[in-house]
Amino acid sequence: MTDQTPASAPNQRTIDAVNTSLKRRRAKERRFRRLGAAAVALGLLFVALLFTDIIAKGHTAFQQTYIKLPVALERAQIDPEGSGSAEVIARANYLGIIRAALREHFPEVTARRDKRALYQMVSVGAPQLLRDRVLADPALIGTTAEVWLLADDDIDMVVKGYIDRDLPESERRVKDRTLGWIERLEAEGRIAKRFNTIFFTNGTSREPELAGIAGALAGSFYTLALTLLLSFPIGVGAAIYLEEFAPKNRWTDVIEVNINNLAAVPSIVFGLLGLAVFIGIFGVPRSTPLVAALVLTLMTLPTIIISSRAALKSVPPSIREAALGVGASPLQTQFHHVLPLALPGMLTGAIIGMAQALGETAPLLMIGMIAFIVDVPAGFTDPATVLPVQIFLWADSPERGFVERTSAAIMVLLAFLILMNLAAVLLRRRFERRW
Amino acid sequence: MRSGELARSQESRETVGDYSVPDARMRCRDVEVWYGDKRAIHGVSLDLGRNEVLSMIGPSGCGKSTFLRCLNRMNDTIDGCRVSGSIQLDGEEIYDRALDPVPLRARVGMVFQKPNPFPKSIYENVAYGPRIHGLTNNKTELDALVETSLRKAGLWDEVKDRLDAPGTGLSGGQQQRLCIARTIAVSPEVILMDEPCSALDPIATAIIEELIDELRANYSIAIVTHSMQQAARVSQRTAYFHLGDLIEVGETNQIFTNPQHRLTEDYITGRFG
Ligand SMILES: Nc1ncnc2c1ncn2[C@@H]1O[C@H](COP(=O)(O)OP(=O)(O)O)[C@@H](O)[C@H]1O
Ligand SMILES: [Mg+2]
Repeated sequence: MTDQTPASAPNQRTIDAVNTSLKRRRAKERRFRRLGAAAVALGLLFVALLFTDIIAKGHTAFQQTYIKLPVALERAQIDPEGSGSAEVIARANYLGIIRAALREHFPEVTARRDKRALYQMVSVGAPQLLRDRVLADPALIGTTAEVWLLADDDIDMVVKGYIDRDLPESERRVKDRTLGWIERLEAEGRIAKRFNTIFFTNGTSREPELAGIAGALAGSFYTLALTLLLSFPIGVGAAIYLEEFAPKNRWTDVIEVNINNLAAVPSIVFGLLGLAVFIGIFGVPRSTPLVAALVLTLMTLPTIIISSRAALKSVPPSIREAALGVGASPLQTQFHHVLPLALPGMLTGAIIGMAQALGETAPLLMIGMIAFIVDVPAGFTDPATVLPVQIFLWADSPERGFVERTSAAIMVLLAFLILMNLAAVLLRRRFERRW
Repeated sequence: MRSGELARSQESRETVGDYSVPDARMRCRDVEVWYGDKRAIHGVSLDLGRNEVLSMIGPSGCGKSTFLRCLNRMNDTIDGCRVSGSIQLDGEEIYDRALDPVPLRARVGMVFQKPNPFPKSIYENVAYGPRIHGLTNNKTELDALVETSLRKAGLWDEVKDRLDAPGTGLSGGQQQRLCIARTIAVSPEVILMDEPCSALDPIATAIIEELIDELRANYSIAIVTHSMQQAARVSQRTAYFHLGDLIEVGETNQIFTNPQHRLTEDYITGRFG
């Protein structure tokens, strides 16, 4: 009994001490957890702000204003000999036809200045669109068809409410006269917003209503495809060699440090390098997906090498021993066992690298991707631009119509980025293994 | 290390007992292994007979695994590991420059401490070795080889209905038997086992020990074990290692009942280890 008291007394004291400190520890833990939750909430808030802002500004770009007019497609004007040949039909004066239709609908407009303003309600691209329409459906020739004509961007802005109709005329880009015509057309139901296919089928343009992202998308596609084609095999090869075959000595240490450094080099430096080496020395044509892909390959290689090495490291050595133990050669061990297990990790890294490359702007400015290119590129050596550079260019344009297009292009870019990152996450989930 | 130095000064480090056997399958003479500047094995000579189980025991870090891994040149994969001396398989020098370690490892198979089936189907695990070595001509032959290998490993009845199931889904003991089947499938002459039961429960261990005894009819087996009971149960000869030296080797019975060297006796009687 007497033995027990001194033994249990310090025990009791320990328990008390633990209890008091436990309270402090719990409070600390709670504080930390709250701090973490607040940090996450703040991050989410910013993302939400960014997305609402972009969507609020950009969603209107997916619709475009059109004016419906009865257009007289007289045979005498389009195909006088009735040859039906596409060449003849393509050569007709559609601008004149559209102007005639406008004059027809607004007979009271006679003064020269007024007429010019009237003509300007329709986009300069409208004649070409009308021509394409007639070429696609030659039966229209000789009839008077109700045609939806692409409106000028100023009209579009008024209809979408970006130009305030209540401002005094002197401060408004669209004058009272034109506003009157718009209101009349609206009253007649001849003005409508329709889905903006042009945004997805056209290259860029000086005219906002004719500007689309097809050129930039194609440019980004060719660039990324080539980047992946170059950087994935090179990166994975380098990773396998460094991780599995290279002797571990001072040289491989130097290489490792350099690869990690390269991953942190500002991307503009790669652009300058590309300009000096690929264009300057090797004469690769500038502004092309080819040179862009070469630069982006340099840029993404470190990412792919590092993630591929991590993926290889995560394959347990016991798998290699097992394969070597039954008499597989080192190369068979790699290709039959290690690589299949590391591939999901490597692909995840590659997708993340590609996502980076997709959003990269600065180095591409250096190699001429900033040029104004209207045509949609059809190959690796056609002049092209890419999505983020297009966004940069549009954001810099003064026309009001480009503001919504900039945001819409950002939405498209973000959609692709989200898709790619989602693919990376799913891939990792799907192939995650536990040993 | 300190006590080792002490022991070395006090005791003879010469191997006690007869390390050679007539008509040996593997013959090792004066084998030294270095990891960089560190000598892990000091001049070990040891034979592995035909149709015998040789067990290697000793305190951990004494170089049992290192020595075992010399026998199929698995040490080649470790940077900075050098092996000198002579190791012969059926009279052929395995560290000869001209000898390719890849086919050697088919002749000297290995079973590892932790069961390490490939993350593939049970069938693929066994079929992999024969396939890369081109041991069979067609699917029927391969199927038959997979079956006999699994039968020899005592696993056939448990897995015959789920050969397509992943090998990693088996229990630990079954996985280890799958690894043995995988090793047998390439018809090795020697099977090396590095503490094959250390990750297994007693029942699985008993099954594997029984299996080792059966395999002796067709293979020479060298097994590293930290369990002296296991060594006593499965092996005919036992080698005791201590700090890189082969201290004593002899009939298993004799080693456990009448050890000659003081270090062996200390280890057997549990005075250290
Ligand atoms: N890859 C290695 N590199 C350097 N030293 C090693 C390596 N593997 C084992 N060693 C050393 O060699 C000695 C013997 O190791 P090992 O053969 O694994 O012992 P055991 O299997 O008997 O426990 C130990 O001192 C260990 O530290
Ligand atoms: Mg060991």
